[in-house]
Amino acid sequence: MNPSNAPERYYNYAYLDEQTKRMIRRSILKALAIPGYQVPFGSREMPVPYGWGTGGIQLTAAIIGPEDVYKCIDQGADDTTNAVSIRRFFAKVADVETTEDTGQATIIQSRHRIPEKPLKANQVMIFQVPQPEPLRGLEPRETETRAMHAYAEYGLQYVSLYESVSAYGRIATGAGYPVMIEERYLMSPSPIPKFDNPKLNDSEAVLLFGAGREKRIYAVPPHTTVRSLDFDDYPFEVQTWEQSCALCGSEDSYLDEVVLDDAGQKMFVCSDSHHCAERREAGHAGPMAGHALDQSKEPAQ
Amino acid sequence: MAYVSVKGGEKAISNAHRWLEEDRRGDRAIPELSTEQIREQMSLAVDRVMAEGSCYDRDLAALAIKQARGDLPEAVFLLRAYRTTLPRFGASLPIETEDMAVRRRVSAAFKDIPGGQVLGPTFDYTHRLLDFTLAANGETPIEPAPQADEPQAYPMPTIASVFRHEDLLEHEEPTEGAGEPFDLTREPMSFPAGRDQRLQALARGDEGFLLSLAYSSQRGWGSTHPLCGEIRLGEVAVEFVPEELGFPIEVGEITVTECTMLSGSSGSATRAPQYTRGYGLTFGHCERKAMSVAIVDRALRRAEIGERADSPVQDEEFVLYHSDNVEASGFVQHLKLPHYVDFQASLQFIRTLRREFFERQAAMKEAAE
Repeated sequence: MNPSNAPERYYNYAYLDEQTKRMIRRSILKALAIPGYQVPFGSREMPVPYGWGTGGIQLTAAIIGPEDVYKCIDQGADDTTNAVSIRRFFAKVADVETTEDTGQATIIQSRHRIPEKPLKANQVMIFQVPQPEPLRGLEPRETETRAMHAYAEYGLQYVSLYESVSAYGRIATGAGYPVMIEERYLMSPSPIPKFDNPKLNDSEAVLLFGAGREKRIYAVPPHTTVRSLDFDDYPFEVQTWEQSCALCGSEDSYLDEVVLDDAGQKMFVCSDSHHCAERREAGHAGPMAGHALDQSKEPAQ
Repeated sequence: MAYVSVKGGEKAISNAHRWLEEDRRGDRAIPELSTEQIREQMSLAVDRVMAEGSCYDRDLAALAIKQARGDLPEAVFLLRAYRTTLPRFGASLPIETEDMAVRRRVSAAFKDIPGGQVLGPTFDYTHRLLDFTLAANGETPIEPAPQADEPQAYPMPTIASVFRHEDLLEHEEPTEGAGEPFDLTREPMSFPAGRDQRLQALARGDEGFLLSLAYSSQRGWGSTHPLCGEIRLGEVAVEFVPEELGFPIEVGEITVTECTMLSGSSGSATRAPQYTRGYGLTFGHCERKAMSVAIVDRALRRAEIGERADSPVQDEEFVLYHSDNVEASGFVQHLKLPHYVDFQASLQFIRTLRREFFERQAAMKEAAE
C-alpha cells in the first residue's frame, strides 16, 4: 500500500497479525452480546507501553480498514502528545486518513473524554481503559470481583457511595464514575469525567472499551441504558463551571483550567479542542478570544 | 506556559526522539558499540533480556540493549513488542534438562553428588575488587582455563537421582493425557493459576521483583526453609515435530539455567514426610533469577501442600499480577501522561470542600463571638 510506510511493512496491516485480530473481534462480539461484562482476552504486547493506550490500540487495530477515518484524542484534545503518537502510528501502519473533525471520523479513540458533539450510528468510540474493574478500589482480588459481578452483588459499591455522602455530603467521585449497564453489570466508564457519563446512555454509536494491561474488553452497544449510580436523595449530577470557555464562549462544555502565571491568573478553555475550534470558526468568541493559545494548535497530520 | 508544555505536536515528538538518538550514541569520538560486542561481552545482560523478553535470540536481545541504551527493562519491552508479532508455527517438545550438556552444576545439599560439583563460569568466590587492568588496557591477559583430565559425566545425574531409592523427594511425573500447557502470551492470567501458568509468569517475571519476594520469604515472610538442591547451567537441544514429518527433529540448541530448591514437609495423615520442590527455569545464564523463581514457586504451592498463607510471596494474585516488568513499567510511567481532565474534576471537588470548610469555620467563629 502506502510506500511511505515501507519500514512498517515489516509488520502486518494495522500491526497485529490476522489471527490476533480475529481473536479480538470475537472478544468484541462477546462484549457486545453481554453489555458491560468484562471479556478476558489474549492481550498482546504492543509497541507502546502498557497504560499508554494498548487496549484501545488493539481494539482499533482489530477493526480498522483502509476506508476508515481515524480520530484520536487525549484529555479531549487532538494535539496532546500521546494522541499525536497513536494517530501517527495508525496513519503509518494502517494507511488511514486521520482527522480532528469529530463528525468526519468513523473510529474515535480516546483517553479520558467523550467529544462534545453527539456521536452517530456510523461511528465507533474506543476508550483506553487503565483499570476495567469498577470494584477494584474496593476489592483488590480478581477472583472476588468476578464472583461479585456473577452474582450482581454490588452492595459494596453502594456502601462506598454512602460513605462518601456521609463524609463529604455528596458523592465524591469526579472521574471514572461507576455506571450500571442495562441494570445488570456494574461498569467503569474509564476515567472520563462524570460530566461525560450521560453521553454513554442510549448512544447511537458503538462504545468499545479496551484494557490492554489488564487484558479485558467490554462494550456498550448502541441504544443501551447506562445509569450513573446515585441515591434518590443524592441524585447524580455533572460538573458545572461558573465561567464559560475563554476562547469560544461555550457554556456547556467540559473546561480545562489553564494556569497563566504563578500569581493565580488562569483561564478556562474547552477540553474538546475540536469542538472549541469549530465554534470559533463559526464566529463564537469568549472573553479572551484571540489569546495566544488560539494560535498554538498544530494541525493533525 | 503550562498549556503549551502539556501539548506537543508531531514536531516536538520527533525532535525529542532525535535528541534521544544523539544521547544514545554518546560522544562520537568514541567508537560505536556493535551489537556483536554486546552479544559477546555483555552476555549476561543479553541473557536477562532474552529471559524476561520470552524470546531466545541473542542478536535481537543485543540490538534491543543497544537501542535501549542499556536500560534492560526497556530492552525487554522492545523484544516483547517484536516477539508478539511473530507467527507461531507450533510448540516444541519439552526440553530434557537431564540431557543437558552441563557447564555448571552445583548442589548445596551434599558435599559431593554423583557427577560431582562443577563450578563452571561463575562470579561465586571471586573477590569483588575492581579490575583496573580492564580499564587500562581494555583487556586482562587471558590464560585459557585448563581442561579437565577426564570428561565429566554425561548425562549428568540430577539431584532427584540421589533421592530416588529412598523416596525422600516428591516425584514429578508428567501428567498422563495433560492438555496443552497454558500460554500466557495468548491467554490472560486466570485464577486459581495452574503450575504451568505460574512457572511461565515467573520465567517472564522481573528479576528484581522475584529476587525481593524470594528474599522476603527467606526472612520469614512465608518461609519455605529452602535448600539449594541443584543448579545447572548448560545447553539443551530443542526438538520439534513438523506435521509433514511426524517425528521430532532438532531445530536448535539453547542455554538454560535450572534450579531445584528443596523444602522439608512433615507430611500429613495420608502423606509420608518428604522433601518438596520449588522449580525455576530461565533462558540463558540467569542464576539469581532461577533461584528466586524456585523459591517463589515453592512458596506459591502452599495451598497444595497445606500451608498457611499470610505473606505476599504466598499470594498468587499478588505475585503473578505484579511480576511482569513490561506491564509494571508501562503503568507506573503512564502517570507522565496528562491527567488534567480528571485533575480538573478533583480540583473542583477539593475547592468545594475547602470553601465549605472555611464557611463552617467562619460560622463557628461568629457563634463564639
